[in-house]
Amino acid sequence: MSPGPAAAIGLEVHCQLTGLKSKLFCPCRADYRGMAPNTNVCPVCVGLPGTLPRPNRRAVEKALQVAAALGCSTPPRLAFFRKCYFYPDLPKNFQITQLDAYGPSSAGSGGRVRSAGREVGVRRVQLEEDPGRLVYEGGRMSRGALADYNRAGVPLVEIVTEPDFAEPGEARRFLAMLAGLLRSLGSDPSLEGALRADGNVSVGGGSRVEVKNVASFHDLEKALRYEITRQRSMAARGIPVAPETRHWDEARRVTAPSRGKEEDMDYRYHPEGDIPQIEVGRDELAALAAAMPEAPPAKRERYESAAGVSPQVAEVLSSDAYCSALFDEASAGADPGDAREMANLITTDLMGLVDTAEKRKASKLTAPRIAELARAVRSGAVTRASARGALREMVRAGGGLAGTAAGRGGAVAGEEEVARAVESVMRDEPGAAAAARADPKAVNYIVGRVMAATGGRADPGTAVRLVREGLARGA
Amino acid sequence: MAAPGGTLEKMVEEVRSGAATCEERALAAVEKTRERDGRLRAYISLNERAVEEARAVDARVRAGEDLACPGLTVSVKDNICVAGMPATCASRMLEGYEPPYDATAVERLRAGGAVFTGKTNMDEFAMGLTTEFSAYGPSRNPWDADRVPGGSSGGSAVSVSAGMCDASLGSDTGGSVRNPASFCGLVGYKPTYGLVSRYGLISYSNSIEQIGPLARTVRDAAFVLDIMAGRDPRDATTVGRGPGSMLDGIEGGVAGARVGIIRQMMAGGGAPQEAAGRAASALERLGASCEEVSLGSAEHAVAAYYTITSAEAGSNLARYDGIRYGHCGIPQEGYEFHAYVSKARGRFGPEATRRLILGGFVPSAGHAGRYLLKALGVRRRLAAEIGALLERVDVLLSPTVPVLPFRIGEKIDDPVVLFTMDFNTVAANLSGRPAVSVPFGTSGGLPVGVQLMGREMGDADLLRAARALEGAAGPPAAPPGAPP
Ligand SMILES: [Zn+2]
Repeated sequence: MSPGPAAAIGLEVHCQLTGLKSKLFCPCRADYRGMAPNTNVCPVCVGLPGTLPRPNRRAVEKALQVAAALGCSTPPRLAFFRKCYFYPDLPKNFQITQLDAYGPSSAGSGGRVRSAGREVGVRRVQLEEDPGRLVYEGGRMSRGALADYNRAGVPLVEIVTEPDFAEPGEARRFLAMLAGLLRSLGSDPSLEGALRADGNVSVGGGSRVEVKNVASFHDLEKALRYEITRQRSMAARGIPVAPETRHWDEARRVTAPSRGKEEDMDYRYHPEGDIPQIEVGRDELAALAAAMPEAPPAKRERYESAAGVSPQVAEVLSSDAYCSALFDEASAGADPGDAREMANLITTDLMGLVDTAEKRKASKLTAPRIAELARAVRSGAVTRASARGALREMVRAGGGLAGTAAGRGGAVAGEEEVARAVESVMRDEPGAAAAARADPKAVNYIVGRVMAATGGRADPGTAVRLVREGLARGA
Repeated sequence: MAAPGGTLEKMVEEVRSGAATCEERALAAVEKTRERDGRLRAYISLNERAVEEARAVDARVRAGEDLACPGLTVSVKDNICVAGMPATCASRMLEGYEPPYDATAVERLRAGGAVFTGKTNMDEFAMGLTTEFSAYGPSRNPWDADRVPGGSSGGSAVSVSAGMCDASLGSDTGGSVRNPASFCGLVGYKPTYGLVSRYGLISYSNSIEQIGPLARTVRDAAFVLDIMAGRDPRDATTVGRGPGSMLDGIEGGVAGARVGIIRQMMAGGGAPQEAAGRAASALERLGASCEEVSLGSAEHAVAAYYTITSAEAGSNLARYDGIRYGHCGIPQEGYEFHAYVSKARGRFGPEATRRLILGGFVPSAGHAGRYLLKALGVRRRLAAEIGALLERVDVLLSPTVPVLPFRIGEKIDDPVVLFTMDFNTVAANLSGRPAVSVPFGTSGGLPVGVQLMGREMGDADLLRAARALEGAAGPPAAPPGAPP
């Protein structure tokens, strides 16, 4: 990241409640994926004249649970509003959503939640209907678009944060936490389009720029990074940053100004008279919170206090539903020291190995195996370095520690064995040894060769010390 | 057709007992329509299958099915959906549109054995009080074919008044059932907001409008209302209804009842105001006590009404862009979406366009505080004021419309004059209260209507008072050419 004035990043996230049976205002399916275009529709969700919305109570409950998990307060009465704009993906040419302009009536507002090592403000959590989808045959420049209303009316929870993130990586970690939260509420945020995020960025207290059209979290991080660099370099040259909406251009890897005038849009919000205000009793709220599966913030708390896991590791672990489930199962009844080791193995090694939903699905690793590996690391039978290799094999082939190279090699390689490996590497690769004498950074290459020669069983500290000694002797 | 003062109940009994058939009744309706509608133009489209459907109901009766209203011939305003029949809202925008479903009110009547005669003319999207703002041309008043039948449910009123059917379903947003009922010598009933499902009523101003019956007598209106009323899971704004029929106790009279005459609505001293005064005296003779009351907010009600209805129309009518249904305006050439939408929306007629422009303005960011929010405030105050009055009195009385039916074309060019015509009717809509127009004599050969407004969910009480007033009015007069 280029140096410069501090950045302030906020997020606007849209999460589909894919786990529900039906859409927000009609009986059509909430999960439309895999269906032929315009087959998951009824008179209500295509907005035929005379139809009326029937609010889905389950969707309201889920939104309230999201709000509660993000520390938001919920008003005694929820209201819906019409947000008016013309777009062909919007069957009624208005969207039914929520608004706090006339007093709080959204599912939640004013929340605070710990994420990425800091307190993040949650401005609002609101429930709204997803628009349909437009398909541009032959790309955006094509002359026409096809409209598919299968998605129209799917329950969507919008979460808007305060601009409390300083780094794009923090924003990404918040999204991972949200994904975990949604999973715990029965939704599947990994489905295409189920979790969509826009960002906003300002640097040094300057104008706020919205960053939209980002396909993945990975791209969001890149887009935010690009935008911060752009704004900082403008600031450095004394050029004012315009408040505007910019779209992420995936091909060119830059943000570019949107041609639309979204900032000037007047949505003519007014009350949705077809939906009476929804009473939310305090008892009902408490019952919903109690019925909620453990949300990531609560999980993080438990990992820190019960297992003594460090705050950083606890946060990463609790934000990821797959990893926290694995950890919970592996660490059940375990010694806290072993549990901490499991947490470390999962967050530093395993997450890199299984970083996509497909890899996770294919993984053969089971909780008892990771518990076994953690115990072996703690007892010194396996080094941290070789544990990574062992994990890779467990993920690929399943089986226990005994089936892995680290397991077969038994305990940590003794100093003599490491010394022999150092000697043989320096003898076989005199060029590398010479380079390492000239440039201390090149030492790592030889250490790597030594680790490989010992099947990863050498203690890295010992290997570095012996390589340095060997280089000094040979000089 | 049902005898005046006699009732649809008796007619239905005849069908049940086999003394009459639905088919005969449907044929009679078709015959009358053929005879009268060329001139009066009550209908936009006719149900070509009406007789066939009537025969199917006869079969159900013969099979021993216990039906609520077998053989009842009902016309339906063209903004209420009947599956497989056009629903144009009298707009070129919805030319050729046929909804795939029945409105809940229609569905309930159909289940009861009603036969739908056709879809009736109206002001475009129910915006108007004369039925002149129809893409299909004006309907004519059976009492004097040169005069307007009132509106916006003008075609509905004409169809019943001229004997082309037994009853009609209209919609009342600011008086659109009561006004044409008054102009055509019928009973027009606007239920408590939420008593009748709006599912299938094509929204104009959804927070205030209701489907309501137009019929020749109070008992007939109550009979039709009774079949339609009640909670509907497809309309979240519906409320439950009391146990028993709306007809139970309808003959109970007004002895001991307190009647408030709304001072602000008696100004002018024309025939409608005189009729209202006579109506009050008649109720006193029946044992009610009358007093004059003041409804201060009434003076702002019409402005609030147009502000709120326009804002709601702005979003309710936004969906008509010709992409999914109705008139297909998609050009073969490439086009920019917003330019296309502007062009497609050029199919709205003048009054709808006027209100859509207003509807885009009043809720907009810079103006909501001065218009929409103020109007919503007036509405709350008005509702509270009416609530307080209805604690002191049982019903509020006024003329239904301040003027008698006027000539076609006479007032269409002055929207402000037209707007004042619903001074007496909008209060019931803005406050959600039930209200009814009851014919009370004639003046110069034209019918006059008196309005009663009642308590929220007090529909049965209101109908009882209306029935008493109807009885005091003496035998109803009928327009020339109508059934005896
Ligand atoms: Zn649907």
